[in-house]
Amino acid sequence: MSDCPIVIRELKNQFGSQVVHEQLDLDVRRGEILGVVGGSGTGKSVLMRAILGLRLPQGGRIEVLGQRVDRPSADLETLRRRSGVLFQDGALFSSLTVVENVEVPLKTQYPKMSARLRHDLALLKIRLAGLSAEAAPKLPSELSGGMRKRAGLARALALDPELLFLDEPTAGLDPIGAAAFDELLLTLKQSLGLTVFLITHDLDTLYAICDRVAVLGEKRILTIGSIGEVADFDHDWVQEYFHGPRARAAQAARRPRS
Amino acid sequence: MSASSPQIAADPDRPERLRLGGAWLVDQAVELDAAVARQRGPINAIDASGITRLDAAGAMLLLRLAQRLEINPERLELAEQHHALVEAVARAQTSDEGEPDLGEPSWRRLLAHVGRAVADSWGNLVQLLAFLGQTLATAVRVLPNPRLWRPTATVHHMEQTGLDALPLVALLSFLIGAVVAFLGATVLKDFGAELFVVDLVAYAFLREMGVLLTAILLAGRTASAFTAQIGTMKSREEIDAMRTLGLDPVALLVIPRLTALLIMLPLLAVFAMLAGLLGGMLVAVMTLGIPVELYISRVYESIELRHYLVGLIKAPLFALVIALVGCMEGFKVGGTAQSVGERTTSAVVQSITLVIVINALAAVFFMEIGW
Repeated sequence: MSDCPIVIRELKNQFGSQVVHEQLDLDVRRGEILGVVGGSGTGKSVLMRAILGLRLPQGGRIEVLGQRVDRPSADLETLRRRSGVLFQDGALFSSLTVVENVEVPLKTQYPKMSARLRHDLALLKIRLAGLSAEAAPKLPSELSGGMRKRAGLARALALDPELLFLDEPTAGLDPIGAAAFDELLLTLKQSLGLTVFLITHDLDTLYAICDRVAVLGEKRILTIGSIGEVADFDHDWVQEYFHGPRARAAQAARRPRS
Repeated sequence: MSASSPQIAADPDRPERLRLGGAWLVDQAVELDAAVARQRGPINAIDASGITRLDAAGAMLLLRLAQRLEINPERLELAEQHHALVEAVARAQTSDEGEPDLGEPSWRRLLAHVGRAVADSWGNLVQLLAFLGQTLATAVRVLPNPRLWRPTATVHHMEQTGLDALPLVALLSFLIGAVVAFLGATVLKDFGAELFVVDLVAYAFLREMGVLLTAILLAGRTASAFTAQIGTMKSREEIDAMRTLGLDPVALLVIPRLTALLIMLPLLAVFAMLAGLLGGMLVAVMTLGIPVELYISRVYESIELRHYLVGLIKAPLFALVIALVGCMEGFKVGGTAQSVGERTTSAVVQSITLVIVINALAAVFFMEIGW
């Protein structure tokens, strides 16, 4: 098996006459947390949707876990079975309780599993995501934003995936909640051996947990590498992003700990 | 990828020691669960270092096996790369014990549900009266002050609620007029009194059907639209923004909608009456052989002005109810998109119910005063 669960070559995405991505190449290495950043409208979410097979690209090649996902006939079974997705606000099914939400992927993939085992596995994932069992019988509308994200994470982890996709996991959380979520992701990645594709705007997250950072811009990956390398990249947007006032604050905050 | 199947077997050299191997993954969870449940002592050690692949589900079952055989999880012999995972799962499992209880028995929940529904309907009525008061107070403040009028918004809502609904109201009234005539013809033919079909259609549409049909249609079409419009604004905090800017949301949002509906509903009701009479006429001419002139003169003879007024006098009342319920439910929307949907449903149900109840009360009232 190759060491890159996600391989993208010459990807082209286009809406009408508006080209979002062109000649985009990207490799995600096994076992890393890759942070994806970029200004608004650079197509971060479009890229994620293309990798997940939720939209067909206009050109190029996307291989996830050794299988092509960029064709209408693509077999997405492996991808669905071995990846988990956390959408921005959790995207929990509002009519189901938290534990029922986590059971949904188990029920679809393992129809033969007994209800008790399924329930136990779901509870385990809920606890691994940092929620207490008391949250399990609640409806998503009864949870706070941070708890909804954790519940969404529990659902994403339900099938013990190798690949985890996160769309702005810390957006809308207070700094303490965001830091706790970062910590949780790091622990989970280390103990479960996850490969994480992480879209974020949060500089603190980038500094705290990302092994590599990819910057989207001008329809392609501008640069990719460790956060230090990326921050030194000579491009106006990158410089402003990593050396603006907020970036300095984030860097300063990291220094005492590292 | 095909993973080797999991193995659980006693060590050939030491029978009290279990040796585990193969893949312990969620894929094998069903098989493992059954195998774990079959294991029984006496076993005093578990060698799990032969496990090739392990995930959280497998780790949970491994810990369950240890628990079942009364072996301290810390004494599990694990492969190096699996330590972190098993520790994380063990921590998560012990983080809080005790299953959440499933709550009260179903009959108590049913009773509670009924109670809540009754309390809710009473609360709704009180809220509606309060909202009526607030709207009237605002109207009194706005009316003498032309600077506060919103003619553009009012005309816009007149178009949306009135003009755009005209084809639908006319079509449905026309068809129901025809159906009423058919019904009348079926019954009255036996008595040789076909001509009275005209009376039936005219009475029905002028007194009741014209305005009632219009009101029910607008309750479905307009009350829901009002709720959705105001509810969306509420959920995006636009209403709060208005208040902080010193604008009155009732004057800005409710008064124009109420005014528009107060003007348009009676007009639509007149069209509905005409369309119903036309529908009846079509059936009378086509199937009963009543000439058009006779139909019209019969309408003139049998109908007095008061019948028309009995119908039309209810129109502003219905308009008031529909606009108030629609707007009030909009203001009740919470933060989520789901609550917009719930409130919209509630607005339609409430306004249709109120319209029909008021219509019934009015019918009794007019009968008592002899109109």
